[in-house]
Parts: sequence; C-alpha cells; structure tokens
Amino acid sequence: MPITNYLVLAGILFAIGATTVMLRRNAIVVFMGVELMLNATNLAFVTFARIHGDLTGQVLAFFVMVVAAAEVVVGLAIIVTIFRTRRSASVDDVNLLKG
Amino acid sequence: MQTLGLAPWLVGLPLAGAAVLLLGGRRTDRWGHWLGVLASTAAFAVGLVLLADVLRLPADERVAVHSLGTWLEVGTLQVDAAFRVDPLSLTFVLLVTFVGTLIHLYSVAYMAHDVDRRRFFAYLNLFVAAMLLLVLADSYLLLFVGWEGVGVASFLLIGFWDHRRENAVAGKKAFVMNRVGDMGLIVAMMLMLWQVGSLSFGDVLGAAGGMSTGVATAIGLMLLLAACGKSAQFPLQAWLGDAMAGPTPVSALIHAATMVTAGVYLLVRSAPVLEAAPTAQLVVAVVGAVTLLFGAVVGCAKDDIKKALAASTMSQIGYMMLAAGLGPIGYAFAIFHLVTHGFFKAGLFLGAGSVMHAMDDSVDMRRFGGLGRALPVTAVTMGLGWLAILGVPPFSGYWSKDKIIEAAFVGEGWRPWVFGTVALVGAGITAFYMSRLFFMTFAGRRRWESEGEGARHPHEAPFLMRLPMIVLAVGSVALGGLLTLGGGFTTWLEPVVGHAEHHDPVLPVWLIITLTLVLVVLGAALAFRLYAVQQVPVEPPASNALVRAARRDLYQDPVNETLAMLPGQVATRTLVYADRTVVDSAFLRLASGVRRAGDGLRRSQNGYVRSYAATTLGGLLVVAAVVWALAY
Repeated sequence: MPITNYLVLAGILFAIGATTVMLRRNAIVVFMGVELMLNATNLAFVTFARIHGDLTGQVLAFFVMVVAAAEVVVGLAIIVTIFRTRRSASVDDVNLLKG
Repeated sequence: MQTLGLAPWLVGLPLAGAAVLLLGGRRTDRWGHWLGVLASTAAFAVGLVLLADVLRLPADERVAVHSLGTWLEVGTLQVDAAFRVDPLSLTFVLLVTFVGTLIHLYSVAYMAHDVDRRRFFAYLNLFVAAMLLLVLADSYLLLFVGWEGVGVASFLLIGFWDHRRENAVAGKKAFVMNRVGDMGLIVAMMLMLWQVGSLSFGDVLGAAGGMSTGVATAIGLMLLLAACGKSAQFPLQAWLGDAMAGPTPVSALIHAATMVTAGVYLLVRSAPVLEAAPTAQLVVAVVGAVTLLFGAVVGCAKDDIKKALAASTMSQIGYMMLAAGLGPIGYAFAIFHLVTHGFFKAGLFLGAGSVMHAMDDSVDMRRFGGLGRALPVTAVTMGLGWLAILGVPPFSGYWSKDKIIEAAFVGEGWRPWVFGTVALVGAGITAFYMSRLFFMTFAGRRRWESEGEGARHPHEAPFLMRLPMIVLAVGSVALGGLLTLGGGFTTWLEPVVGHAEHHDPVLPVWLIITLTLVLVVLGAALAFRLYAVQQVPVEPPASNALVRAARRDLYQDPVNETLAMLPGQVATRTLVYADRTVVDSAFLRLASGVRRAGDGLRRSQNGYVRSYAATTLGGLLVVAAVVWALAY
C-alpha cells in the first residue's frame, strides 16, 4: 500500500471537516469539524515525517495537539457561556460583530 | 574709540525697559512709567558719552564699527551683529533719545489717568529701542530688524486704544502699508546679495560704484519704496493721517524722532547706491517734491489739529526726500532739516496734546479759537514751533529749510527750476496752513462754550507736560542757528556723506531767500486775515473742488481702494472660488469615493462565522492554486 494513501485520507478528512464548519449551524458540530481538520493536518504531518525520514513533522503534530487541547477548553467555555445567555448554540445567532 | 563698546547698550537699555514692563505685568504698574523714562534717559546719557568720545577724534577716524560676533552664517553669506557709530548714526541716536526722553516725560502726565499706562511705556521703550537698532546697525539685515521693530511698535501704539474700532483699523492700516515698503527693502537686500554677496554697509556701499547702472537703479528704487512706506511718502502716504488715532505723544514720537525719519536715514545712508543710479536719484527727488506739495495741500484743508500736523510732517519729510534726491549737496541738509524738524514738530505735537488735554480731547480747530489767553505756555511754545516750521529767521527751520530750497535751485536744465519752484511754493503753503492752525487755535474769537452743556474749561497742562514743551521750544528757536555756526553740522556729517562742492544756484542766493520770506509772509498774512481777523465758521463751509478733495486727503483712500484693494479682493475671491470648485471638490470626491468603496466592502463583514470560514478557505485555495501554478 503506497504511503501516499495516508495523504489522500488526510485530504478527505480535511474536506469533511471544512464542509462541516461551513455548512452546519450548531456550534458543537462546527467545533467537531474544526477538530477533524486539525487531526487531518496531524495525519498529513506524520505522513510527511515518514516520507522524508525527518522528525520535524511528528514534533509539529504534538504542537498541534497541545494547541487543539487548549483551544477546545477555551472554545467550549465560550460556547457554554453563549448558550447560557442566548439559549442557543447556533453560530448564526452570534453575528453582532459586523461592519 | 574707548567707549565704542557702549553702543549695544543704546539698544539694550530701552529694550530691557520694555521687557521688564511687559513681563512684569501689573506688578510694575506703580513705578513702570518712571522705569520707562529712566531707560530712555540712560540711553541718551550713553549717546552723550559716545558723542564726547567721537568729538575728540579727528574727522577721518570718526567712523567706527563694533561687532558682537557673527550673527548669521549661511553658505558664503556672513552677517555680523555689528553696530556702526559714526556722525550720522550718532546724530540720530541723540535726536531719538533726547526727543524720545522728553516725550516719555510728557507721557507720564498725559497718560496719568490711563489704566494701561505701564503697557504704553513698554511700547514707547520698544519703539525707541527698535529705532536705535535701525540707525546703529552696520548691515541692511540688522537694520531690517530695527525697521520691522519700528513697524510693530507703531502698530501697537497707533492702535493703543483698540477698544475703539477705528483705532485698531488705523493701526492695521499703518502696518499693512508699511509692509508694502518692507517688500522693497527685502527685494533690495536680495539684489545686494546677488550682486555683492554681502549685506554690510561697508561692502555694499563700497561696491556701489562698480555696479551696473541697471542694478543700482533697481536697488535704489527698491530702497525708495521702503523709504516711502516708512516715511509716508507718495504713493504710500495714506497711513499717516489715520495714525493720529494713537495717543498724542505717540504721534509726536512717530513724527519727530522715530519711524518717519527712518526712510530719510535709509536713503542718506545708501547715498553711494543712489549716486550710481541717476534715474533712481531723480525719482527720489520727484517723490519728495510730489509729497511736499501733497502734504501741504492736504494740510490747508484739515480741521483736525492733529491731522493738519500729520499732513505737515508728510510735507516736511517731502523736503528731506527732495534734498536726499539732490545728491551730495542735499544729504547734509536733509539730515539737518530732519533734526530741526524733529524738535519743532515734537513741540507742536506736544502742544496739540496740551490743547486737547485742555479741551477734553476735542481736536476740531473750528471749535477752538481764542485759546491763547487760557493756555499761555502752550501758545508761546507752539508759537515758537510755528515760527520755526515757517522758516522765519533766526528760528531753526530757517537754517535748514532755506538751505534745501537753495540746494533745489542748483543744477542744470529743467530740474532746478521745477524742484526749486516746488520747494519755494511749498514754503508759502506751509506758512499758510501752519498759520491757519495756529490762528484757528489760539487767536480770534472763541468758538467753544464756557457754560451749559458741552462746556469747556481750558486750563494749562501740568508741569510735567509743560517742561518738555518748553525744552523743545528752546530747541526750535536756537538749534538751527547753533548747528549752523561755522558750517558745524555739514562738517560733522562729512565723514559719512562726503564733502559737497559748493555750487551756485540758478538764481542768486539773496533772491531765493527774499522770495522765500515774501511767500512765507504772504501765506501767514493770508491765514491771519482769514482765520484771526475774520470770523471762522464753526461748520466747514461748502467750498470749491480742490478744498473738498483736500479735506478727503486728495482722495488717497478711494484711489488706494480702487487700485489696490478692489483688484486684490477680486483676485482673492476668484482664488477662493477656484479653490472650492477645483481643488476642494476633487478632494471631496476622492473622500466620497473611498467611503462608497468602504460601504461596499462592509457588506462582506456580515458577522457570520461560517462565511468568514468560507472566505478563509477560498483564500487558501487561491494561494494553493497560485503555488501550484508557479511550481508547474
């Protein structure tokens, strides 16, 4: 099995994530889409590390995980707060910040 | 010269006085006026010390320059802050400080009831300091500093009572008309820099002989323009009459010691330039002659005592300009007349101030009359000044003005006849209007109420006002004769203006003197008949066109308004219109275009997270596509 299949998988996962982010209104689901995109990139990083025999990609994947974990904490906190005040988790209801 | 180092103090002392009075504020109110008098007196004392020192030296060592160091250094141009002490500048220093001090003293009493007396003295000191800087400077640039200082001080003083609109306007008028002249001085300095590369008197005047006639003429005419502005000569004379809005001591100072004499000083100082440019010299003489008659004609019709005196100053300065335009034979007499005129004109103005003081600030001579008995000291001192300005021997004016008339008759071709006749006729008219002023004020029946509403109670001025008047009257009597003794004054000025060869006038001298005296007596007699014997109507009678024109200053204001103000206003309005329609609208359109673009872009900022995400992704795809396209 050629190793490039992993890259194809990463691309597919990323596309699914991006589509989710753009099409779904529920903040939790959007969040899951974001996580999916992050993990797709992690998969791509690790694959490239393997292809080039260079550990940098794997290190970067760790960084992404750390950042993603932090982001989940902050993001979920925001979503919960918004839900408490507005009784809605729809991202389209939170559109006050505009020109 | 051992005392040469004192020269900067002449400027410094009054300047320090002005600084203390202006910065000290209300705290100096109680003693401020005495400080002003002290500063001016101290400058006079310094002037006397310098005079004593200079007099000890032989004639060819009497020109000295004291440099305080380099003032400006730009490229090849270097200007020193240098003071020139020579007979000419020293003459001015003594005139300015002596007459100035007397006027300071007079003002102590004259302005006694003015809440702003301290500020007034600060400005007087500033005026004296600026004038001293003007006459002591050793370069045109430093002279220009004093020149502008005089302009500022006159502006402040003419508009001193600026709570009245006319006074403020008069100050502004004087300032603006002076600026026209200042442009002349600036252009003259540029021409000097271009031709000589230096602005010091020594360099410029030394190089004057080597200049081409065209350049010398241009510089000479520009200097004349400057002199016309400052000395109120035709065609820049219009500010002088309005300048009477200032307190009377200011008028005395402007007319006798500072300000209007500056133009004559500038021309006499720049004599070598004028001599290299016969055309400019002729124009100077013509301007002098025109102003001489102009002022004299206006003076005949004015009922305002101060404005009549102002017109007389204009006319007398015209004599000086005429003399300055006559060449070497005239310079010394121009300055000589300036000195004697300084004394009797200051005396006349202070006398007019005393009359105004007695008549509750009224200046209308038609409402005076018969004041001689009520104001004996004023009448006598003004009478002596009157005889002096008439040129009656042996009073001061005779010695100086008669010499100018004689000099005007020297020459070849048409010039002596024209200039001589003008000077001669001017003397006759002068006699008429000055006698008119004197008789209307002091002689005849009184035309003011002594009882009931609007009653006047004329009383002699306090001693502090009488003293300067008496001193100046003594000067009006004796100064001319004293300075003439043994050709004293002309010899004294020779180190600066050069030796004048004696030339015979086209008419015999005795005939000129006789003619002058006959005209003077005729003018005075006519005035005596009209204004002392006959009853003077209280309302100005309707008269012929000339009198009506003279009452309105020969239409100088309408002419200026039509020739200068209206085109200027049209030009500015056109420019404003062009600015609004072209420049402003272009920028307004640019601004509204930017705003419309912003409005369009604002729609993309809709607040929906998902659309931002789509934009980001779209951008990413574009970048990826570009990278891909570049790679293959």
